[in-house]
Amino acid sequence: MATVRTRRAREALTGLAFAAPAVAVFAVFMFWPLIQVFWISLQQTRGFGIAKWVGLQNYQEILSDKIFWTALWNTALYTAISVPLCLVAGLAAALLLNRRMPARGLIRAVYYLPAVISGVSSALIGAWLFNEDIGLVNRILDVVGLGPVPWQSEGVPALFSLVAISLWIGLGFNMVVYLAALQGIPREVFEAARCDGASRWATLRRITIPQLGPTTFFLIVIGIINSFQVFDIVYVMTGGGPGNSTTMLVTYAYSAGFEQRQQGYASAIGVVLYLIVLVMTIVQWRVNKRRDVA
Amino acid sequence: MTRYRLAFAITGAVAMLFPVYWMVVTAISSSADMRGPGLHLWPTSVRWENLTDPLSKFPYGMWAVNSVFIAVVAVVLTVVINLIAGYAFAKLRFPGRNVLFILIISTLMVPVQVVMVPQFHLVVDFGLIGSDWGVIVPRLAEAFGLFMARQFMMAIPDELIEAAQCDGSSQWRIFRTVVLPLCRPLIAVLVIFTFMWRWNEFAWPLIVLKDPESYTLQVGLLFLKNQYGQDYGSLMAMSLLSMIPMIIVFALFQRHFVEGMARSGIK
Repeated sequence: MATVRTRRAREALTGLAFAAPAVAVFAVFMFWPLIQVFWISLQQTRGFGIAKWVGLQNYQEILSDKIFWTALWNTALYTAISVPLCLVAGLAAALLLNRRMPARGLIRAVYYLPAVISGVSSALIGAWLFNEDIGLVNRILDVVGLGPVPWQSEGVPALFSLVAISLWIGLGFNMVVYLAALQGIPREVFEAARCDGASRWATLRRITIPQLGPTTFFLIVIGIINSFQVFDIVYVMTGGGPGNSTTMLVTYAYSAGFEQRQQGYASAIGVVLYLIVLVMTIVQWRVNKRRDVA
Repeated sequence: MTRYRLAFAITGAVAMLFPVYWMVVTAISSSADMRGPGLHLWPTSVRWENLTDPLSKFPYGMWAVNSVFIAVVAVVLTVVINLIAGYAFAKLRFPGRNVLFILIISTLMVPVQVVMVPQFHLVVDFGLIGSDWGVIVPRLAEAFGLFMARQFMMAIPDELIEAAQCDGSSQWRIFRTVVLPLCRPLIAVLVIFTFMWRWNEFAWPLIVLKDPESYTLQVGLLFLKNQYGQDYGSLMAMSLLSMIPMIIVFALFQRHFVEGMARSGIK
């Protein structure tokens, strides 16, 4: 008896010791900041001066802050265009590359390559390609006769140039996840469909896409969460401009906190962002749970 | 049909590669060539000044050293922390195990920008502002890596560990001699992904590093963008240089990238 108990106690001690470094790092740099951000969001801080307690004033300011609502709208619009595009393109690429063909591995790798290039480098390519005066996109459009598009001086084209780069970056991830999911569909299902004389299109619509449902849902949630955090490409490519037409929630939070040095206000924006992401996560969790029960 | 498929797939691949190709063309062409009349999709002359000019004017070498230091130290520390903690959460019973694990996993979705202000205050309090360690330490809390480590180690049979226990081995010894040798694929994925995240990271080093000498490559590239303005030749050359380590890692471990990503997608 005693030996069992001492062995258990020793295992518990070892377990705690092994987990300790990770737990310590998380406690100090994650859990504590997550509590602190609420606290700081109730203060007014300018520069490194002493913080003043202002209660919910930062949140009231957010409600009447036009730039905040613009940033939220831009983020939502960017998400609403970019996520479905990446999804459809990723699925198309996965279906295309699911069959045997020469150099399939290499082609897949090429589709995935932009995902390993840094956000800054991707944004620099984007800024260069979509440069309004001398960029390649406008030069080609000029040759074709479609005239220059104001990628940098008007809001909507600027947002679309960001979406284009996000598609370039995000396609590979969606493709890889879809490819893995396609492997998971039982072969018999497709064979049965073929025996029944189903056309390719019917098989895709009635079998493949429904079978991929959980994967699609997962990719949508991940896509939305990632899009709500898009920072690198926006900050480097458009800097939120022209005006504030491509300012996103996170770039606005960054500029409030570290350019205008209003860290209380930046934290309040952070809390709002946190709540949005939290809702998304809970929705995903609930849907998955319901599916598991059913 | 198969032929159309292949044609489509190759067209797509060309389109995906084109931006990188255009970077290379820009990097070796003079800016007059890029602006001049007539549209060329290939280089008309080769010019190395785009490469040598910024290297002599800016501390690019320092940035590379900083990037390598941060990425290597962060990879070693993060992977070690995740491996031992992954083992504890997967195989050892201790009080609070499940609560702690759920708490850690729940931070998976937290955007950096939510906690950046409090994290910044911590880094200031610890006196790490402007230093490489200020970039490294707050990022050691990597929930995704810990999650992968635990998932992988759960699949290791308990019997292996119990057999070693009966031989009187300590847990540390079991971890080192029995568990770790089985974890090679896991370690590969953890190393590759952590390296990629730290090498490509931008927002956090931008906040922590103040002095241009202390920049990482990513922050340095932004600095160069502001220096060169519309002259993209040098910018593309420097951007390409900064991508080389990542491209090599990708080329060598491509299979791990794809598998790791796919595994993160299927639950």
